[in-house]
Amino acid sequence: MEPIISVENVSFSYKINEKTKVSVLKNISFSILPGEYVAIIGHNGSGKSTLSKHLNGILTPDEGDVWVRGYNTREQTKKREIRRTVGTVFQHPDNQIVATIVEEDVAFGLENIGVPREEMKKRVDEALETVNMLPFRLRPPHHLSGGQKQRVAIAGVLAMKPDCIVFDEATSMLDSFGRKEVLQVMREMNNAGMTIVTVTHHMSEAAEADRIIVIEDGQIVMDGPPREIFQHKQELEELQLEVPAISQLAGLINGQLNDFSKDLIKEAEFIAEVEKFAKGVRKEVG
Amino acid sequence: MPARPIIEIENLSHTYMKGTPMEHVALKGTNLYVEEGECIAIIGHTGSGKSTLIQHFNGLMRPESGKVIIDGEDLSQKKVNLKTLRQKVGLVFQNPEDQIFEKIIGDDIAYGPFKLGLPLKEVRERVKWAMEVVGLDFEEMKDRQTFALSGGQKRKVALAGILALKPKILVLDEPTAGLDPKSRKELLGKIKVLNKEEKLTVVFVSHNMEEVAMLADRVYVMADGTDVLSGTPKEIFTDKEKLQRHQIGTPETVKILYRLSDLGYKVKTDAFSIHEAAEEIMKVLAGTKEVSNYVK
Repeated sequence: MEPIISVENVSFSYKINEKTKVSVLKNISFSILPGEYVAIIGHNGSGKSTLSKHLNGILTPDEGDVWVRGYNTREQTKKREIRRTVGTVFQHPDNQIVATIVEEDVAFGLENIGVPREEMKKRVDEALETVNMLPFRLRPPHHLSGGQKQRVAIAGVLAMKPDCIVFDEATSMLDSFGRKEVLQVMREMNNAGMTIVTVTHHMSEAAEADRIIVIEDGQIVMDGPPREIFQHKQELEELQLEVPAISQLAGLINGQLNDFSKDLIKEAEFIAEVEKFAKGVRKEVG
Repeated sequence: MPARPIIEIENLSHTYMKGTPMEHVALKGTNLYVEEGECIAIIGHTGSGKSTLIQHFNGLMRPESGKVIIDGEDLSQKKVNLKTLRQKVGLVFQNPEDQIFEKIIGDDIAYGPFKLGLPLKEVRERVKWAMEVVGLDFEEMKDRQTFALSGGQKRKVALAGILALKPKILVLDEPTAGLDPKSRKELLGKIKVLNKEEKLTVVFVSHNMEEVAMLADRVYVMADGTDVLSGTPKEIFTDKEKLQRHQIGTPETVKILYRLSDLGYKVKTDAFSIHEAAEEIMKVLAGTKEVSNYVK
């Protein structure tokens, strides 16, 4: 299968003053296939946000190339195709909300690409419905709370119907219910075929993905399915990360009961394991 | 007679864009008090009025109706000295970008103390101290440009800028959002030290129930612009009926213990740390084992 995004030997540095540059990405290569659900994790300053901004040409590499459906992100004339393929939801919705009324904000991108009025109305409704913000459609966005604004921002990207959405720490401002809703939306969109890339500090959120890429000092240090990645508790802690609370809990119990699985990453699995264990013991009794 | 609370909010209301078709009631009749030296968490759904409420603490918003009394000063009066008020009450916003405006990190953190007219040496001392508290290396980071920082680093710079003013009350809107697990733990540890040892009064808004359980002496739950519930973390997180009624999230450990409790296992649901929760679950597993040994 042709990758939807392909990152090849990408290096990037920020100039911090006249003389010094800080190298943020160091010769990174990987690709993302259509339909994948990928989480990128790494500590503050590891380069993950800079990396995510390379995925649709917000930033372009100093060295190396990023390809989106065969278009090089350096090609200025292909910016529109690239952004229509890969949309981004940022950490701070204020940076991407432009209109004075929620539904106009969601429609903004559609107006720019000349979507007919009826189609536009339909897409705005669908997008607001997906993020549960339909009742707020006529409100001014700047008086919404952070979480509500973020959902409006997501709707704005959704309405553009991209093939891939990059969430750059998009849930870090949401409460647990808001986060749950967004995670659910991400899962549903992925099930419907959308490619999802999410940059996150929440390990339980990364556990929802099908693949985790761990970034440290501008390089990829781990790449694999969550269950595999979260077995490396000590290495992750050295990288200033951690395993999900569920895995920590399973690990502690496994320390005292060897038969109790320590490779659990989701709540439902954990409950099932407790049940299995408790029932197994009861059976022995009978 | 006991000392007056350092923050007193009485029947506070606020409506955005009053009298327009876009009128929106953010606060209606909120009450809250904070004793000196307390650490208070404010939780609640997005849109419940938390951010609007805390913007009243340092006079960014003035009471439309109701009372806001900070350290004995009534903010509904016209002649409030905002400069001294804002030195007393340090507010760190949810978006660190909103309060970083200098090009260089050191300059940004020094801005406040400098405006207070402190001697340069003292300003430098405070910047160094504040950077240390938030976990930014002074020598390495002081000359870096602020625009090239990651979201988490910006958050630390914004907090350091407020700490350098040495406020009496620290108000934080989602202090750890966007921080990696290690920075989060470190920062929470530092806030705890500032609160418990340096007696700084802390009020923080959070949606992270782990940090609420770890830090707060008392919790206020906001819903639809008013305070619907308050109590210690233990009181809040163990009242299942209220948790459900107000849709309050719980620490992850508590969530699991409730699930097990629902399935008929005898577990206490007030274990906030991973270790306590593991012990509680071990009791269930070991308990079944004991039965088996007994039967055998």
